Amino acid sequence: MTAAASPLAGYNFAYLDEQTKRMIRRAILKAVAVPGYQVPFGSREMPLPYGWGTGGIQVTASIIGRDDVLKVIDQGADDTTNAVSIRQFFARTAGVATTEHTPDASIIQTRHRIPETPLSDDQILVYQVPIPEPLRWIEPRETETRKMHALAEYGVMHVKLYEDIARFGQINTSYNYPVLVNHRYLMAPSPIPKFDNPKMNRMRALQLFGAGREKRIYAVPPFTRVESLDFEDYPFEVQHWDHVCALCGAADSYLDEVITDDHGGRMFICSDSDYCAGRRERGHVGPQETVRFGSDAAE
Amino acid sequence: MTDTETTPPLLEVEDLTRLYGSRVGCQNVRFSLWPGEIVGIVGESGSGKTTLLNCLSASLEPTSGSVYYRDRLDRRLDLWRLSESERRMLMRTDWGIVHQNPRDGLRMDVSAGANIGERLMAVGARHYGDIRAEAGTWMRRVEIELDRIDDRPTSFSGGMQQRLQIARNLVSKPRLIFMDEPTGGLDVSVQARLLDLLRGLVTDLGLSAVVVTHDLAVTRLLAHRLMVMRRGEVVEHGLTDQVLDDPQHPYTQLLVSSILQT
Repeated sequence: MTAAASPLAGYNFAYLDEQTKRMIRRAILKAVAVPGYQVPFGSREMPLPYGWGTGGIQVTASIIGRDDVLKVIDQGADDTTNAVSIRQFFARTAGVATTEHTPDASIIQTRHRIPETPLSDDQILVYQVPIPEPLRWIEPRETETRKMHALAEYGVMHVKLYEDIARFGQINTSYNYPVLVNHRYLMAPSPIPKFDNPKMNRMRALQLFGAGREKRIYAVPPFTRVESLDFEDYPFEVQHWDHVCALCGAADSYLDEVITDDHGGRMFICSDSDYCAGRRERGHVGPQETVRFGSDAAE
Repeated sequence: MTDTETTPPLLEVEDLTRLYGSRVGCQNVRFSLWPGEIVGIVGESGSGKTTLLNCLSASLEPTSGSVYYRDRLDRRLDLWRLSESERRMLMRTDWGIVHQNPRDGLRMDVSAGANIGERLMAVGARHYGDIRAEAGTWMRRVEIELDRIDDRPTSFSGGMQQRLQIARNLVSKPRLIFMDEPTGGLDVSVQARLLDLLRGLVTDLGLSAVVVTHDLAVTRLLAHRLMVMRRGEVVEHGLTDQVLDDPQHPYTQLLVSSILQT
């Protein structure tokens, strides 16, 4: 854990001004009160480009306090560009302590993953969301999608899943897989892999979603039911791999395929870098081997 | 056709008026539609046919007047007093709307099967195999080969798109169909085939329909009764053969005489 320092002089605590934080907190309160409902908010210009987490960073800035410990992950890893720069941003503007260790964090801002380590009651997970509207694919008009949410007309979402099965023989949507929150609102879980969808269901931690460009905030309060849509004869399934993590041997985590040379060599390793490092510290060792194309098949 | 003495009408229209500012869309239209009956609305371009149809089919709110619909539970519903969700529910279960341009009525970027299955999924069907089987049945009924079920409507001919649109509407077993120039933009032989198909389906399923067209031949084939519109008002109203064979209003006479006789 990196200890707290004094925040940067000349900036308000956590960059945003207090009025903006109040406005965002109000939006968050409303979002928590109506799980899965997209609350509009006055998104501010942030010192990073749209698509890099402007929504998530504003949510984090509004809820972070001096005693919070922040963890930021991008694609599961703590050491990728996006994660490093946002972590640094809050270390400097709020002077808060940061960590890479999931259980130590009180706020975790994430892009594309939910940590493998189960979260606890006193943690908040903040998602960065590019497109908050799950119906956008099927209905381009915002006025119409809002009406569809208001009247809970969600049949068309199954048209997309039907189309997947008709074309690929299975539901091929593998990330941003649509969910129904608290039996009412259809919600885009942000581009997390569907592997993480079951973790959202009745999660102990508060989940907040911020979409900066689209100016929407939504939330899933703790212990809320989150169901992934499916068909009776094509039930929801998560990804699974024929390999275990090459570094730590985990068979229960989301694996990234890493190309190691230009002869088809690749390794499968945990995408959650903290989870993988923790297992290795505890003495777990993976096969450490590079897999080659064709080695899966009988030769 | 049903006995109008004992059976209450399915659709009742009372003094329906739709204005566009000071311009008249349609004015003081009143008529009733009985179960199993097909009413044709004819008139020249700009006479208010489509405005009227949109008001009837809950797509456009009338300026004044009422539309009553008798639902499956025999309740007489004032269409424009229903909540929006009830109206939308009617539109995708009890009713069908066949647009002149199939692109307005179809989802062009999903397969034919998904297009037909959409209404089923909208009312809660969640079994892929069943939805697909039902879609297949309807493909056959509208004479589209089953092996096109996973093709997108963009790869279909105009006539096939129109038939797909009809299947997509009929899959929810509606009681009332609104059609706006169903044969517009199709060549004559395809028109004839489509009309034949429509006539068969309407009889088999006991559907009621309101058909808007400028083609008198279409009404002759499909409609039991005919309304002639001009400048937003209904100028003549009667049995189709009666109106076409013995037109009373000067405008109807003009309309009938302008058809090429063979």
